[in-house]
Amino acid sequence: MAKTPTAKTPEFVRTEEAPLLPPPATEAGITGWLWHNIFESMADFHSPLAAVRSLFMILFSLILVYVFGTQIYGLLDFAIFSAVFSDPDGVKRQACWTVQQGGSLPDGWHAACWPFVVAKQKFALFGPFPSEELWRVYLALFAGAAGLAWVMIERLPFRRQAGLLMLTVYPLATFILLTGGNIEVAMTQIAIWFVFGLALISIGRLGNAGRLGTVLNEFAGSFAGAGWLVVAFSTVAAIAAFDFNLEPVDTGDWGGLLITLVVAVTGIVASLPLGIILALGRRSDMPVISVLCTIFIEFWRGVPLITVLFMASVMLPLFLPAGVNFDNLLRALIGVMLFSAAYMAEVVRGGLQAIDKGQYEGADAVGLSYWQKMRLIILPQALTHVIPGIVNTFIGLFKDTTLVSIVGIFDLLGAGQSAIADAAWSTPVQAITMYLYVGIIFFVFCFGMSRYSIYMENKLSKSRRH
Amino acid sequence: MKKLTLAALGVAGAMIASTAMADGHGNSTLAQVKEKGFIQCGVSQGLPGFSNADDSGNWTGLDVDLCRAVAAAVFGDSDAVKFTPLSAKQRFTALASGEIDILSRNTTWTMTRDTQLGLNFAGVNYYDGQGMMVPTALGVTSALELDGANICTNTGTTTELNITDFFRANGMSFNLVAFEKADEVVAAYDSGRCDVYTTDRSGLAAQRGKLTAPDSHMVLSEIISKEPLGPVVRQGDDQWFNIVRWSLNAMINAEELGITSANVNATEFNDVSPSVARLVGKEGNFGAELGLDNKWAYNIIRQVGNYAESYEANVTPLGLARGVNALWSDGGILYAAPIR
Repeated sequence: MAKTPTAKTPEFVRTEEAPLLPPPATEAGITGWLWHNIFESMADFHSPLAAVRSLFMILFSLILVYVFGTQIYGLLDFAIFSAVFSDPDGVKRQACWTVQQGGSLPDGWHAACWPFVVAKQKFALFGPFPSEELWRVYLALFAGAAGLAWVMIERLPFRRQAGLLMLTVYPLATFILLTGGNIEVAMTQIAIWFVFGLALISIGRLGNAGRLGTVLNEFAGSFAGAGWLVVAFSTVAAIAAFDFNLEPVDTGDWGGLLITLVVAVTGIVASLPLGIILALGRRSDMPVISVLCTIFIEFWRGVPLITVLFMASVMLPLFLPAGVNFDNLLRALIGVMLFSAAYMAEVVRGGLQAIDKGQYEGADAVGLSYWQKMRLIILPQALTHVIPGIVNTFIGLFKDTTLVSIVGIFDLLGAGQSAIADAAWSTPVQAITMYLYVGIIFFVFCFGMSRYSIYMENKLSKSRRH
Repeated sequence: MKKLTLAALGVAGAMIASTAMADGHGNSTLAQVKEKGFIQCGVSQGLPGFSNADDSGNWTGLDVDLCRAVAAAVFGDSDAVKFTPLSAKQRFTALASGEIDILSRNTTWTMTRDTQLGLNFAGVNYYDGQGMMVPTALGVTSALELDGANICTNTGTTTELNITDFFRANGMSFNLVAFEKADEVVAAYDSGRCDVYTTDRSGLAAQRGKLTAPDSHMVLSEIISKEPLGPVVRQGDDQWFNIVRWSLNAMINAEELGITSANVNATEFNDVSPSVARLVGKEGNFGAELGLDNKWAYNIIRQVGNYAESYEANVTPLGLARGVNALWSDGGILYAAPIR
C-alpha cells in the first residue's frame, strides 16, 4: 500500500503485505473436513451441558462405527476374504464343503462359493440360449451399450442421429439377432400392405392439392400419416420376415439377465412416449379422450403387476381358442409396458400441472398449434421438472421385471433361483452366494440409472437452481 | 420415431399371434407335434433329479427323460423336445390351453386332478411319499415320538395338510413353522429353529446337501402320504395318451427284460426272446398301432435308456435308493403292462 499524503501521519503504517499463512489445520484439507464433519461436535467441553452432548456424540459415533464396521467387514469377509474362488479339481460342491460335510474347509466356515456362480454364469446371464449362438446376444448387447454411450456422452458428434438409430434400427436389429428373424409372414401379404400404404399417401397428396373436394381436403393429413405408418410397418415386417440365415431361437430359450434387460428396456422405451400421450390425453379438453385416458390409467394403476402377469400368462390362454397361443414373453412384455405407461402418465401429469398457466397462455398467444405448444414450450419444462420421478419409475420397473419369474420366464432372479436348485452344487451357502451375485448386478444397473438422472437434473435445471 | 418403434412392436406381436393361429388348425396332438417338429414339455422350475437345468442350461432328470423318450418314440430323435419351466400354479392351465403337449413335472396323481381338470395321468414314473428328517442328536427313532415337536415345512402345499392329518390321527401336538421357499425351510431347520423337516422324500434327499452337517441328520422310516408322480396329458386325445403311457411302459419293460442303451443294438442281429423282439419292433406291429414307427421303443432305449438307467443317472446321485420304485420282480411296485 502506498503512503497516503495526509497531514497527520499515523504512528505505524505497514508497508508490505502480511505473509500469506496456510489456513489453520481445522479449516482445510482432510483434517479440516474431518474436524468440521465429525470431531467438532464432540470436542465442546466448555459447559456441563455441552460436555454431556459431546460425550453422547462420542458414544453415538462409536456405536455407529462399530455397527457399520462389523457389517461391512462381515460382507467383505463373506464375499472376498473367506470366500472360495476356484474349483481346480472340478469337484463342484465338494470345493465348498467343510470337514464336517466331508470337504476340506474348516468347520463353521460360512462364505461365498464363487465357483458355483462361475459355473452357472452363462445360465444366469443368458438362460438356456444356445451356446453356439451366443455371439448374437453379445453383438446386440455390445451395440446397445455402445449406442447408449454415444447418445449419453455429450462431447460426441451426431448424437441426435445416433439416438434416432437406437430407436429405429437397433430394436429391429436386436429382434432379428435374438430371435433369428425370418418370421412367418408371406411377402405377398406385406407387399399388398405396402401398396395400400402408398395409395393412402397418394390420396393424402391429392387431397392436399385440393383435387378431391373440401371434405377429403380436411382429412388429407390423416391419410398421409396413416399411409406413412402402414408403409413403415410393412418395411419393418419385410425386414423381420427376411431370411438372414440365422438359427431361430425360441423366446422360451431366452433367460437370465437377457430377459431382465429385454423386459426392462422395452418397458422403459415404450412407457415414456405412451405415458406422455396418456398424460396429455388425461388433461385434454376433449371429454372422450380425457375419460378414456383416465380409465386406462386408473385401471392399470389399480391392479398389481403380478395380477397383470398372471392374467396374461395363465388366464389369457383359456380365453383364446384352443391351439392359439402367442409368445409367453410377448404377453409379459405387453403387460409390463401398459402397466409402466400408466405410472409414467401420472408422473408426467405432475410435471404438466407444475407449469405455470402463463406458459400455456403465452404459447396460445403467439399462435402455436396444440402440438407445437406442447413440443416447444410445455413438455421440455414439464419433463425437466419430473426427471427424478421418471427415473424413479424406470428403476422401479427394472426391479419389477423380477416378477416375470412367477409366470415361468427365467429372468435374472428366476435363473438364479433355478440354479440354486442344482443338487450338484448344493451347499449351505449356495443360495446366499447366488443372491449376492444377483443383488450386485441389480445394484449396478439401478445405481447407474440413478447417477445418470442426477447428472441430467443438474445439467437441465441450472436456470432454476437455488 | 418412438411411436414407430411401438408400432413395429405391435406389428411383430400381431404377426406372431397370427402365425400361432395358423399352427393351431391340426386336430390330434400327434399331428400337431409332427407338424411343428418337436414336443413341448412342461417341467418344473428346478427340482434336482426330476427336472433341473444343468450348468449350460440343458435339462436333465427323470421327468425330463420321459419327455425325451416320447420324442424318441415320435421322431426317433430324443432332442426333438423343448422344455417350458412351469410353476405349480401354472402347470395345469399350460397343459389345458395347449401351450405344452405333456406335463412331466413331478405332479401327484390324485382323484380331483384326474376327474375335474380335464386331464389324464398317463402312468406313474415315480412313487414318492412324504417323509420327515430329524437331527440324530434328537434321539428319535419313530415319528410317533415327536409329540410337541416344531415342524418346518412349505406353505400352501399338501405336505402341510398331510403332517396335520398325521399328528391329529395319532393324538400328538405339534407346532408348525411354515415358509414360502424351500431354501428358507432348510435354513430354518439347519439353524435349529425346528426339530423336524418334512417334505417329499425325494425333496428331503435333494435338500440334504444344503445342511451344515448332512451326516448328523436322519430320515425317519415313516411315510405319511402317497405321492404317485407321473406324466399328464389332455383328456380326449387317446392316441397321444397311449403314446405317452407306452413310452413310459417301454422304459420299464426294457429294464425288466434287461435291455439297455448299451445292448439294444445287439438285439438287431442276435436271436432274442419273443418279448424282447416285440419290444424292439422285430415282431408284431405295435408301433403302427400307436401311429408311430415300429422302432419306437428301440429308439427310446437306444437314445434315453431304460428306466433303471434313467433312475441311476438322475435320482441315485441324490442318495435315493430304488425302494418302492424297484421293479415288482425286485420287491418294488413298478409294474408295466406287457407289450403284446
